[in-house]
Amino acid sequence: MTERAERTLVAWCPDWPVVAAGVPLDQPAIVVHANRVVACSPAAREEGVVEGLRRREAQGRCPQAELLAHDPARDARAFEPAVASLDVLCPRVEITRPGSCALATRGPSRYHGGDEALAEKVGAVLAGVLKDGPGAQHQARPSESVVRVGIADGMLAATAAARKARPDAPVVVPPGASGPFLAPWPVTVLVEAAIAEVAGLPDDRISEIADVLRQLGLRTFGALAEVPAADVLARFGREGAALHRLARGLDARPLAARHPAPDLAATVELDPPVERVDTAAFVAVGLADELHRTLGSRGLACTRVAVVAETEHGESLERCWRHEGTLGAAAVAERVRWQLDGWLSGSAATRPTAGITQLTLRPEEVVAARGRQLGFWGGETLLDERAGRALARVAGLLGAEAVRVPELRGGRGPGEQLTMVPSMAVDLVESRPAARPGWVTEPWPGRLPAPAPALVHAEPVTVELLDAAGGPVGVSGRGDITAGPDLLVTVAGSQRIAAWAGPWPADERWWDPDGHRRRARLQVVTGDGAAHLLALEGGRWHIEATYD
Amino acid sequence: MFDTGQVRELELLGRRVSPASLAGEHLLPVAPALARLTPRGGLQRGSVVAVQGPGATSLALGLIAGPSAAGSWVVGVGTPEVGLLAAAELGVDLERLVMVDAPPRDQWATVVAAVADAFDVVVVRHRSPVKPGDARRLTARVRERGGILVQLPGRSRAWPDAPDLALTLSDPVWRGVAADAPGAGRLRARLVQVTVDGRRAAARGRTASLWLPGPDGEIALARDFPGLGAGHGRPEVPETVLGQVG
Repeated sequence: MTERAERTLVAWCPDWPVVAAGVPLDQPAIVVHANRVVACSPAAREEGVVEGLRRREAQGRCPQAELLAHDPARDARAFEPAVASLDVLCPRVEITRPGSCALATRGPSRYHGGDEALAEKVGAVLAGVLKDGPGAQHQARPSESVVRVGIADGMLAATAAARKARPDAPVVVPPGASGPFLAPWPVTVLVEAAIAEVAGLPDDRISEIADVLRQLGLRTFGALAEVPAADVLARFGREGAALHRLARGLDARPLAARHPAPDLAATVELDPPVERVDTAAFVAVGLADELHRTLGSRGLACTRVAVVAETEHGESLERCWRHEGTLGAAAVAERVRWQLDGWLSGSAATRPTAGITQLTLRPEEVVAARGRQLGFWGGETLLDERAGRALARVAGLLGAEAVRVPELRGGRGPGEQLTMVPSMAVDLVESRPAARPGWVTEPWPGRLPAPAPALVHAEPVTVELLDAAGGPVGVSGRGDITAGPDLLVTVAGSQRIAAWAGPWPADERWWDPDGHRRRARLQVVTGDGAAHLLALEGGRWHIEATYD
Repeated sequence: MFDTGQVRELELLGRRVSPASLAGEHLLPVAPALARLTPRGGLQRGSVVAVQGPGATSLALGLIAGPSAAGSWVVGVGTPEVGLLAAAELGVDLERLVMVDAPPRDQWATVVAAVADAFDVVVVRHRSPVKPGDARRLTARVRERGGILVQLPGRSRAWPDAPDLALTLSDPVWRGVAADAPGAGRLRARLVQVTVDGRRAAARGRTASLWLPGPDGEIALARDFPGLGAGHGRPEVPETVLGQVG
């Protein structure tokens, strides 16, 4: 499924400033602003007057034309009743400029029985209002409506459709056909509409781009749309990319970063099911290419991708791969390979029982493709090539999961404040802010203060903690210790406790029945000078870490 | 392709145009306090360093913090229990740290050789004896590459040769907690005795009192905090000097 702009209806009243001034359209009239024609009546147009003409020239071509002052306020005022009348059809009507309004058709269209029916109703309502409005009394043929309605995907295509419409025959561009519909239109129209629509983009920049496009020979929407999105973005920047999206019948505003639509995911069904890593990897290359093309056509790049594999028996493995730079097609394919490699050739306990039937690549985080700027003086050599090769070799020997780099994260215990990420999943060449002190800015109340223990036991060592009388030491519900600890009993023997501090209770994730942990931590110094961090959980003491 | 004469000429030319080799190039920098413990004020490139005793892990982290901060990459092989938060506190740059899971016994030498080829600092912990041939090859590789191999305390006599530099810690005393104030305070600083030993230029038998870490979180010689460092046993003034603990 491809991205599609919001389906939009545009109702357009041609030559609105003339109509608003109360001049019948069959009378020659020109509206002048700053010595240039900004609007004219059809009668004047027949005499050769066009917008943009100098006043003197226009008067030369059509001497009998009535000269009207440009007054946007009047135009807007006159248009207001027309817009208000549409409220009976649809609650949210947007005025793009006096004489032209737009509405999203998704809901109204269904309610009124389809796009065509809606277009006709809008046309009829507006025509009814305008019949009594300014200029209506002078209208030579009052039966002929002055309103044109167009429906298409996206504002621009709908505007174009409205221009193409006959007063009594709205133009409805079928869903998904906005691009082809726009293709033969000249770029100047695009730019005019773009300035109106792409609010927030500087007008002069848009006109500038339009000039260059014309000089480049890209005179129509179709010609512009054929240029790869990435190239337009590279040459013209953000505004250019927005114009390019418009030219393809999309909305000017691209997807917000970190919020990719679900339809960006690339999925492939594997039939027959794939049992071999290399076969799956081969499929993954094509899939990654597809994903890359999809993203590239929107000027996006992927910084995090989830690889989901499902088997015939419904087992599924999902893993998220992240890259500080952006993931190219080859890089994505490589990660799919790593992941499947680990899964398909893993131990019998974790290996799937059937072949892979479905493979999905889902971009989890996308950013605007800016291209990748490489460092000029050795900026790229944070990790030299040799070290990279050595790590790749070790990953080949021990598996990709065996080579890992630390990243900081929030937590209270010494082992919880770090997470180990496979080195292949990050770009060691680039700097990694997640490994820098200060990455975690949120406060973690109950976090153990420095110094941190230098040994964090992967498997907590179960011990017994006894008081002077030989009874077990506990921590009350209020976080108070029940008795002063005196003896630490481990498998290796027992140690007298010389000093201790704490306890620090931590009630974590109490809202989550599965992740809820209630612990109390205690620092003890034994008779031989060794210091340990003990944790009490579920009535048992463990050595969580040692201050070695 | 080339005859030996040409190669010799090129070698001579290379030697002539290369800048003079400075002693500093053969040393990896370490923190000032540790520089005074090491024979030449830094870690000799191409050497094997062993740390032992209570606090050995912290000392090893303190040693590799210098090269790490200076831009060297550090790899730990089979040392998953090393507290990386402590490493960061002692000055190790986590951006330039890679941890490799313990390889199977028969692949240990291959893996360590592979990383020793490319990394300045390799930290290992021996869980099984290293064959003399493997140890010799690794030592040669480290010497040729100019890195250092740091051995954490592990299985005794696992490494057949004596290390170039051996740092042995003893008599740790923790400050911040006291026997007469049960439950109060927290671990803040530790004073240990360190004995330096080793081959060749390593000053044999030198001893010093070391804060590992000191009250400010950094490694320091005991004389840098004289009010706290004198003597062993009970702390004289820990709570007042270090501030009341909340």
